[in-house]
Amino acid sequence: MADLVEKVLREAAEKESKFKTIEVEKEIDVIIDEGNLLVCDTNPIDFKLQKKNREDYLKDLSRDNTQLLINRIWQLPTHREDEVVVAELPDVKTLIPREKPVPKKRKATKWEEYARMKGINKKKKGRMVFDEQSKEYKPRWGYKRANDDTKDWLIEVPQNAGKLKKKKAEIYPFEDQFEKRKKKKNERTSKNELQRLRNIARAQKTKVPGVGLTPTIAPSKDHLGKALAIAKKSTASIGKFTETLPKEKPSKFTGKKRKFEPNYGDVKKENTKQLDILNSVLNKTPILDVTQAVNAHVKDENRSSSKRQKTDKKGGKGGKGSKGSKNNSQPKKGKRNKR
Amino acid sequence: MVMQRVVKPKTQKGRRFLENRDGKITENTKSSMFIKGGNTSITVSQILKELYMLKKPHAVMYKRKNILRPFEDETPLEFFSKKSDASLFMFGCHSKKRPDNLVLGRLFDFHVLDMIELGVDKFTPMAEIEGPKCSHGTKPCLIFTGELFEQDKEHKRLKNLFIDFFRGPSVKNIRLAGVEHVISVTAIKDKILLRNYKIMLKKSGSRTPRIELAEMGPSLDLVMRRTKIASDDLYKQALKVPREAKPRKKKNISQDAFGSKLGRIHMTKQDLGKLQTRKMKGLKKRQSTDSATETTGTTDSAETPSSPKKIKQT
Repeated sequence: MADLVEKVLREAAEKESKFKTIEVEKEIDVIIDEGNLLVCDTNPIDFKLQKKNREDYLKDLSRDNTQLLINRIWQLPTHREDEVVVAELPDVKTLIPREKPVPKKRKATKWEEYARMKGINKKKKGRMVFDEQSKEYKPRWGYKRANDDTKDWLIEVPQNAGKLKKKKAEIYPFEDQFEKRKKKKNERTSKNELQRLRNIARAQKTKVPGVGLTPTIAPSKDHLGKALAIAKKSTASIGKFTETLPKEKPSKFTGKKRKFEPNYGDVKKENTKQLDILNSVLNKTPILDVTQAVNAHVKDENRSSSKRQKTDKKGGKGGKGSKGSKNNSQPKKGKRNKR
Repeated sequence: MVMQRVVKPKTQKGRRFLENRDGKITENTKSSMFIKGGNTSITVSQILKELYMLKKPHAVMYKRKNILRPFEDETPLEFFSKKSDASLFMFGCHSKKRPDNLVLGRLFDFHVLDMIELGVDKFTPMAEIEGPKCSHGTKPCLIFTGELFEQDKEHKRLKNLFIDFFRGPSVKNIRLAGVEHVISVTAIKDKILLRNYKIMLKKSGSRTPRIELAEMGPSLDLVMRRTKIASDDLYKQALKVPREAKPRKKKNISQDAFGSKLGRIHMTKQDLGKLQTRKMKGLKKRQSTDSATETTGTTDSAETPSSPKKIKQT
């Protein structure tokens, strides 16, 4: 038994002498952030030693700290990756400022908002589509796409061509169908681009400009009214000083929308409103406007007094004349109304 | 999360390039610029060159004469930063008033966040120190020694800046044999000593190796001069961790004060009818002939050992 203990002790001593120790003693424990391979040593610096031989002192200090870090890293769980042993580092502890601000979520486009409201879900379309002509699957869009209508060498003139539109310059059956198709496509892309820009403007909360007037083949009366409204506003002072014509009606196209009370909502408000109406109807004592009543009374009195005067002066003749004048005035009023 | 642009990129490559430069939840490795000033001494240009070598895959060098004064006008720095998509910089210049001057700094959202001016007292280049050197692009170990790094506000920020500058890419795994470079920064009184060592792994008789260091260079003795430190507000904003990057809280798992893991398990209701109670003579199973008389009372009590099924059989 004693032999065995001696043997173990001897072996341990031999080992000690063969290799230097990996243990490091520190007064204050160092802070180790394995994620950054970082050691923060807050122990006070020995100024005497440092003055004697600075480089050696720094090297020893660094060695001790590195040893502590390595001891910690070698304890971490390891695995093999491409025949190399790697240690799995934990998350970093020291906070480091970001390079750029945290990205914000893109605001939903007008369509996305509408789709959400209506409960329309996005459907994933497959990339490959069956092409009827070549009888094989081809990409839905892009190079060598399926059902490519730009590659047609012949387009049938539609049956109703010439019936719908009657114009002098172009006889519609002889219209260039290729050109027409191209134009339509261009219009679609430019509309999409416009909507994209409007969505960006909406997201940035800048004012979205109106589209203005787009040219049409057969302008309507409304179109003219719109054009007038836009023309009036198209001054440097946004139409502030544009004079109106006499008897001009206010434009319908002011950009303001009519607003209605919601169909359901504030019950209390509606209740009081209805009750007010009922009260005003049922109120037995009518609301008396003193000035109005006095005016009416004065008028009445004047009229009766003048009548009396006339009858006193001219008798029956004067009464006839007054009647005639009354008759004349009435049709005049009617004429004015007609105009 | 893609930024909305009025002018769309024309090519896919252009789109990818711009996407890479956008703000992200987990960010790219910060790259640094080494900018040579209008007037530089040999020491300064040598320092820029050697530190550039240490940082290399994530660094750009502006080695022509760039007449700019970071503490007076920050706009040229911001321009350089935007141009090379780099948010760390080291600017070197030399003048009579401030000989061998280095300005170390970083930017947030292309605006200067922190800037610290360091004067070089002593410099030993890599070539003057003999011995093995570490390979390019290794992630260094960082060691900060000295009480000042915990006490003084400017030193604290300088420490953070140094970590930011030298730490390299943030990685999940690290090759154990690949840990071969140490940058040690020591604050002694008013001086900041920066040393580079190469790690040599020696046998220790156990799994963990014994460490020996060999000086590799460059070595710098620095003095702090002017500083421009970000306001707490801005700094806090820069430190913001996006919600998506934060670790998700796991349900029913907690840790107690001693760091041991506790789990909460939800189980189905226990059937008390099958509970085994103490075995006693009085509660023993009755003979089948006797039980026939007691069929009515058996089902209500939970403790009866005989099940209703058995009773039916008799």
